[in-house]
Amino acid sequence: MKPFAYHQPDGIPDAAKLLISIEDSKLVAGGMTLIPTLKQRLASPAALVDLSKLGSLKGLADGGTTITIGAMTPHAVVAASKLVQTKIPGLAALASMIGDPAVRSRGTIGGSVANNDPAADYPAGVLGLGATIITSKREIAADKFFLGLFETALEPGEIITAIRFPMPLKAGYAKFKAPASRYALVGVFVAKFADGVRVAVTGAGPGVFRVPPMESALSENFDPSAIAAIKINTDGLTSDIHAEADYRAHLVTVMAKRAVDAALS
Amino acid sequence: MGNVIGIGAAPKRKEDQRFLTGRGNYVSDIKRPGMTSGVFVRSPHGHAVLRGIDKSAALASPGVIAVLTGDDVKADSLGSLPCGWGITDAKGTPMKEPPFPMLAQGKVRFVGDMVAFVIAETPEQANAGAELLKIDYEVLPSVVGVLEAVRPGAPQLFDDVPDNICCNWELGDKAAVEAAFRKAAHVAKLSLVNNRLIGNPMEPRAAIAEYEPGTDRFTLWTTSQFPHVVRFLMGALVLNIPQHKLRVVAPDVGGGFGVKQFHYGEEAVITWAAKRVKRPVKWVASRSEGYVSDRHGRDHVTEAELALDENGKFLAFRVNTLANMGGYLSTFGPNIPTNLYGPLLSGVYTTPAIYCNVKVVFTNTVPVDAYRGAGRPEATFVLERIVDVAASEMGIDRVEIRRRNMIPKEAYPYQTPVLVQYDSGDPMGCLDGALVAADVKGFGARKAASARKGRFRGLGYSTYVEACGLAPSRFAGRLGARGGLYESATVRVHPTGQVTVMIGTHNHGQGHETTFAQIVSDKLGVAFENVDIVFGDTDRVQFGMGTYGSRSLVVGGAALSKATDKVIAKGKKIASHLLEAAEADIHFESGKFSVAGTDRMKTFEEIAGAAYVPHNYPLEVLEPGLEEQAYYDPVNFTYPGGCHIAEVEVDPETGTVTLVNYTAVDDVGTVINPMIVEGQLHGGIVQGVGQALFENAVYDEGSGQLLSGSLMDYCMPRADHLPMMKVATHSTLCTHTPMGVKGCGEVGTIGSPAAVINAVVDALSHLGVTHVDMPATPNRIWRLLQNASLPVAAE
Repeated sequence: MKPFAYHQPDGIPDAAKLLISIEDSKLVAGGMTLIPTLKQRLASPAALVDLSKLGSLKGLADGGTTITIGAMTPHAVVAASKLVQTKIPGLAALASMIGDPAVRSRGTIGGSVANNDPAADYPAGVLGLGATIITSKREIAADKFFLGLFETALEPGEIITAIRFPMPLKAGYAKFKAPASRYALVGVFVAKFADGVRVAVTGAGPGVFRVPPMESALSENFDPSAIAAIKINTDGLTSDIHAEADYRAHLVTVMAKRAVDAALS
Repeated sequence: MGNVIGIGAAPKRKEDQRFLTGRGNYVSDIKRPGMTSGVFVRSPHGHAVLRGIDKSAALASPGVIAVLTGDDVKADSLGSLPCGWGITDAKGTPMKEPPFPMLAQGKVRFVGDMVAFVIAETPEQANAGAELLKIDYEVLPSVVGVLEAVRPGAPQLFDDVPDNICCNWELGDKAAVEAAFRKAAHVAKLSLVNNRLIGNPMEPRAAIAEYEPGTDRFTLWTTSQFPHVVRFLMGALVLNIPQHKLRVVAPDVGGGFGVKQFHYGEEAVITWAAKRVKRPVKWVASRSEGYVSDRHGRDHVTEAELALDENGKFLAFRVNTLANMGGYLSTFGPNIPTNLYGPLLSGVYTTPAIYCNVKVVFTNTVPVDAYRGAGRPEATFVLERIVDVAASEMGIDRVEIRRRNMIPKEAYPYQTPVLVQYDSGDPMGCLDGALVAADVKGFGARKAASARKGRFRGLGYSTYVEACGLAPSRFAGRLGARGGLYESATVRVHPTGQVTVMIGTHNHGQGHETTFAQIVSDKLGVAFENVDIVFGDTDRVQFGMGTYGSRSLVVGGAALSKATDKVIAKGKKIASHLLEAAEADIHFESGKFSVAGTDRMKTFEEIAGAAYVPHNYPLEVLEPGLEEQAYYDPVNFTYPGGCHIAEVEVDPETGTVTLVNYTAVDDVGTVINPMIVEGQLHGGIVQGVGQALFENAVYDEGSGQLLSGSLMDYCMPRADHLPMMKVATHSTLCTHTPMGVKGCGEVGTIGSPAAVINAVVDALSHLGVTHVDMPATPNRIWRLLQNASLPVAAE
């Protein structure tokens, strides 16, 4: 790890100011990606701006038709939340499948969504549920937020403060874990709303994406059989030593069916 | 006053008290006054000419003390890293043995090859300095696979090693095998890959070296399985340090599995550097660094053929293997795919003729050497796979074909056609026991239940034997060993009757401090808690060859047993004097020396006291003191083995293989501590399951980059991958070791890969699948099913 300055601001405006004023500074939430990167000397920011003192960013709020989760809320808290378990059990299940217990107790939803790792779980839940990303500056719809491999709509100095999830009629997540890393080789989040179904896929490509043919088929008939014959085009899907693109494409269909099963159970 | 805890008891492990309370003492825990930090700069290329190194910016970096390179090694006339085995081809031509410089000279030959060593005040400063080193590489094409390496036109690693072949090794009667194949009713053929593995001990490698000018002595603390061998190899052959001026300490070591049983260049560089900078130097590998520098294991490509008569009796077995050595010869490298592979190809069967050819091949990869099992899992995998292939092709039940060819219990000792003579064994007994324990009768019902869930269930057998207890020195010498393979133990009885044992094996997870204490407690009648085992320090332990090859109990335990017998013999002489009886009438049992047929006796403590306070003592004929030493060189290998049965379920939708049941019935000879044996079997099985289902070291052909260079990409088995295992022993006693022991460290790893893969193939056999290469990952199985299912659907 190379030396860096460390700041622990008391408020969002201070944090945003530090991020803008210090060139090459980085925000740290749970640090589950950033700290290993620093240790391997793959990143060497001049300063870290740590959000851990901002208590207002932690916790969940029941908005009646929505649940708002503070950006600094750890995965373990979301997984164990009675509110989430009752209203969006698929999201609680997703949180319970991230990493291992140590990662779940340190890693945060805001950190995961801002990082937008192509194999992370939360982007599938956020996009699948059509959530809204609330930042220090504005509100961004999930459909406009994830821009591809580690890219998001966040501007310099913009900080995620919370994520607001609409409550679906039904929702489920199915994840095929990469054998070594246990990131999603393919993870599919399915959510049924009164006005239709959303299907979001993580792990399979360079960034989370929706599958419109599955969405329309499931909107007609919310049953695994409705999508069993839908094949995903392998163009743009990831091939690596663990899985070639055609296997990932196949797994999208399998995991989508299992996510529907999970939503129905 | 504690109790005797003897052979066959299962006390909790003595060493766990300190490990579980965080009081272990590992190399990275050690701090020396004035200690500096070193980092190795490693080649990022698989193959390149090293045109020059500019040290100036690195040397000017804050805190940097020195930068050492291959040129400095050359200037100091230091030796090359030695190989401990010299094998030959059939004509007696020695293997090609190019030098293995401790820091690269002229060329780099694998990603991770050491180019420079940067020493600084802190690890951060050493890392910062290392990044400023300017190294001029002329990158060459790399070759990483054995098939590619022997092809005409392949990149050549060494100018004087044509076709990258180190040695074209042979074993067995080729003509007899060819004759048998000509009259065979059936020939089964199998091509397979034995996947490359990376050991991943929990503790990464580390070392500290210190030089004391006052005494002209060096001390090296290192994560080693055999400190005395490091002292010899490094002191005598690399750095020219006299043995009495070099102390090597291997304190608590967090797992080895073979990875730490080699003399590594890092040890030599650090020891040399400590004298140059006149301060202690410490290096601790990162996990990533371990991936590209810890010696790898396995990596074979094999063609095998089994000739059978019309009844399924094996007539002859022919095996042609290409074995990957990596970029240089490591300490045991060429021995593993040859001497520890070919002689195992007879397995538990009466195959009369066997021929094996192994081409040992250099590639641009990390040097390959022994990894738990070392050669024997590879041999077992080839044999146990092809037995299943033959059974399937001939329509003979897999258990039945094994029975028809198994060596019956009465036929021991059994001379195989491939050098070794098995002293004892009962493979049929192990098989029978395993069939019951695994509830093979109930398999049909379980398979049907799986089918109802849309899953394919399979059962796989592996009936196997291994050669361990390495090794009889004379035999090993004939095969090319350049050292002895005996073991030594000293039993020091203190004046108060407590005992300290100095032994040359090394405990890094095996439970020696417990097992060896049980042997002493049992034999001397001394309380278990009054026995301490000392190991891992060349200044405290007389000598030793270390721990590998399931040898510690077999060879080290035998030396300990012999030394203990010498203590008893001397104790009898002392007792004979004190009790005024003939030595022949002195009887020793349960810690008491007594005169036969009387109630006159002396306790072990009284005898120890008399030995150290020799007022009433036969000083004319007997020296005072009670300390004895023994060296033991085994007359043969030992041959543990058994039957493993794996049961798997395959999800055809995703290709996921789940190991649902695992049963092992093993013959490990006398069991000293059944709990420790069970733990060794569990651990060994898990490592074999890891190879079969998860682990794979993948290199990129051309660039030589390791693509599976972290725990994110290299899948180690985890607790949730595994079922509860049923493990039992069915022991016959070894006829030539003092206690009848055979060793148990590697059996699990040797028996299990074939059992698991045989089960996977069984699960998929209805789709026409006849072989699955390891690891049977979901991706690989799904792809196999994509290719397999079409013709079957048409049936």
